[in-house]
Amino acid sequence: MTTETVSPLISLAGIQKVFGAVQALSGVGLEIHAGECLGLVGHNGAGKSTLMNILAGTLEASDGALTVSGKSLGKGYSVQDAGNLGIRCVFQELSLCPNLSVAENTRIIHPVLKGFAWRKRAAALIMDQLERIFPGHGISPVDIIGDLSISKRQMVEIARAFTVTETNLGLVILDEPTSSLDARVANQLLDYIEKITASGTSVVLISHLLGEILQVSDKIAVMKDGRVVAFREASEFDRSRLVEAMGSTLAAGVAPRRDVQSAQAIGDERIHMRPSGQPDDQTIRAQAGEVIGFAGLAGQGQTEALLEIFEGHGVLPSGRGGNDCCFVAGDRQVDGVLPLWSIRKNIGIASLRRLRSGALIRNEREQELAEAWKDRIGIRAPNVEAPILSLSGGNQQKVLFARALGSASNIVLMDDPMRGVDIGTKNEVYAIIRQEASQGRTFLWYTTEMEELDYCDRVYVFRDGVVSETLVGSDITEENLLQASFKQVSGAA
Amino acid sequence: MNGLQFFTSARFWRGALPALSLTFVLLGVFWLQPRAMSYFGLNLLFNLAVPIALATIAQMFVIAVNDLDLSIGSFVSLVACIGATWLHDTPLLGIAALLGCVAAYAAMGALIYIRQLPSIVVTLGMSFVWSGCAVLLLPTPGGSAPDWIRALVTFKPPYIPMPILAAVVLALVVHFALMRTSWGVLMRGVGGNERAITRAGWSVLKLKMTMYAMTAVFGILAGLTLVGLATSADANIALRYTLLSIAGVILGGGEFVGGRISPVGAVLGAMTLTLTASFLSFLRISPDWQIGAQGAVLIIVLALRAIVNRMEARR
Repeated sequence: MTTETVSPLISLAGIQKVFGAVQALSGVGLEIHAGECLGLVGHNGAGKSTLMNILAGTLEASDGALTVSGKSLGKGYSVQDAGNLGIRCVFQELSLCPNLSVAENTRIIHPVLKGFAWRKRAAALIMDQLERIFPGHGISPVDIIGDLSISKRQMVEIARAFTVTETNLGLVILDEPTSSLDARVANQLLDYIEKITASGTSVVLISHLLGEILQVSDKIAVMKDGRVVAFREASEFDRSRLVEAMGSTLAAGVAPRRDVQSAQAIGDERIHMRPSGQPDDQTIRAQAGEVIGFAGLAGQGQTEALLEIFEGHGVLPSGRGGNDCCFVAGDRQVDGVLPLWSIRKNIGIASLRRLRSGALIRNEREQELAEAWKDRIGIRAPNVEAPILSLSGGNQQKVLFARALGSASNIVLMDDPMRGVDIGTKNEVYAIIRQEASQGRTFLWYTTEMEELDYCDRVYVFRDGVVSETLVGSDITEENLLQASFKQVSGAA
Repeated sequence: MNGLQFFTSARFWRGALPALSLTFVLLGVFWLQPRAMSYFGLNLLFNLAVPIALATIAQMFVIAVNDLDLSIGSFVSLVACIGATWLHDTPLLGIAALLGCVAAYAAMGALIYIRQLPSIVVTLGMSFVWSGCAVLLLPTPGGSAPDWIRALVTFKPPYIPMPILAAVVLALVVHFALMRTSWGVLMRGVGGNERAITRAGWSVLKLKMTMYAMTAVFGILAGLTLVGLATSADANIALRYTLLSIAGVILGGGEFVGGRISPVGAVLGAMTLTLTASFLSFLRISPDWQIGAQGAVLIIVLALRAIVNRMEARR
């Protein structure tokens, strides 16, 4: 526990950052003490990641003072300096080289791992750390990163940030570390954070899962529009106060599921699909106007099932209605945004058939569509001609939703689309999903977050590529879900 | 992973594919012409594969950092011309010119990185510069190779033919440097995720310049070996190396992007392509078909690799 009389390990004062015409940070002040876990929350685009990039030395502050253990660091503070001071960062998008092995990726952040037998030393270092944070991880040092699942990659990157060679570890910044981890592994990490802060290392934890923040943080800072709007002991916050401080437009927790009576009276069946290898007679069904959840631990075949449906397996003629399904990608950098295009083109791409006359695309029709969805879904951009990469992550995701919802498809497939999106954006999108469902669209929604399942009429829990349990209505509880997630499906090979 | 599992894994097959295709073509040659199965025969078969293998390794350094060098053919030609003129007549000037070439390549790498230019455009432009220099230096075919290079490339070690020995040494040295050392990791990391390397505090500029300089070094080795074998040079002597080297890298299991490369594979790929040409002459097919046949080999091997990848995805 820290007291105010001890001088802080790191203090930031009046940090400003300007990107072109956008003021990303306007005068941020923060203090981090040794052995403290600071929780950092705020909407997407509030400036959290920018601030952490400045602290890690990958971005230079436009103005302001940065002091680390009493030393003032001005201009020219670089990644090397941060490394020498023992500041490490796990960035939101993964910073591993997919073509290299686990051990080789460890070497990249440790200049001392060279010379004779460096491979052996690197392997021992990372394995030891993985074992400490994620016991039973099942990763080998010679595994190539590109061959690992996204959650294992994230485990490697987190463990790598905690490895120590010559400089001791002062501060580890974790930017959305649990976004691809399932609950069990995420808890292993949270336990480790408590352990390591007790031994004197500081941690900054950025997460949209407020439960995680409240569980491990000693202090919590809330950011909004490039400023810290609240910075207090964690014990002074609870969930609703945090949400209030972040200034969410909508409070979560309103029972969003439709009631059972009306659930009986929805439209025709659109999807009837049996996952390959399903040992019992459970099948995936979806009717018009339903929101169907795919749940379970991360990477148990949910995405594969969505892709199978996307390719047309199990889609009944009534679901087709002349159109294909549309897909909202979760890994937006890889499967979602077309990075060189404007917002308008990114939205219009799924609806080209309706936007053309003859062989040509009518620009004004595409513009109309994009403008309409920009207003409806609340994309924060000056206009639809802006390049998509000028938007924050959450707003890019909104563009992907606009692309899917703006198309004529009856069936919308969503592959954990809210990964790393703030609560305000989430609530806005949830409302639109409900509204679109009530107009007869069918949503299939893979999600790793319990709260999102509250919006689903029926939930299929996946385990080892098949459905282990079907939960309906009021049976969708955290307890039932966890039980089903770990259930061994009998007869599965 | 236990032994059996490793031999059925896609990673194993991807690595084994270049070796298997070389064995396949080699068996074909031996079947058509059993006399090739001798010290002298192998020497003859693989002699011209050495400069191509060196050029392929040169190309691989650039491909490892997600770029492509369309000037390697004309660069090797220029080096051959320098080798047959300056290096023979005024060795100091020759060596200075070759060092200048390495510096020029490093500068090209720096330009491509700093200005974020497409490497294809820059190297295509440079290919005309190299060709121009070569024509200025040696307007008509001629010149003669320095004696020490002649002696080196015609050296006959006991038991193992020189080209085979050279290929093995080349593959092992580059494999060690790029795949086993801690610096090789950084070089390949640039191809895998440039940002990760930057964020770990390394200078991608320096790494890219190093890789381009290595391309020049191996390009020079290719040019000198070639002039040693041919005894004289010509400004267009190695133009076809550009496409052969790219094909060799890909045939050897490399990918255009992502820093996935294999030095051993690249050498095997270059040898396979050279051997395909001989295979056709043994079949008495006109040399006009050679390029087409090399293309066919490329397509077959890439199709096999696609099958291997699919095998992996199904797992």
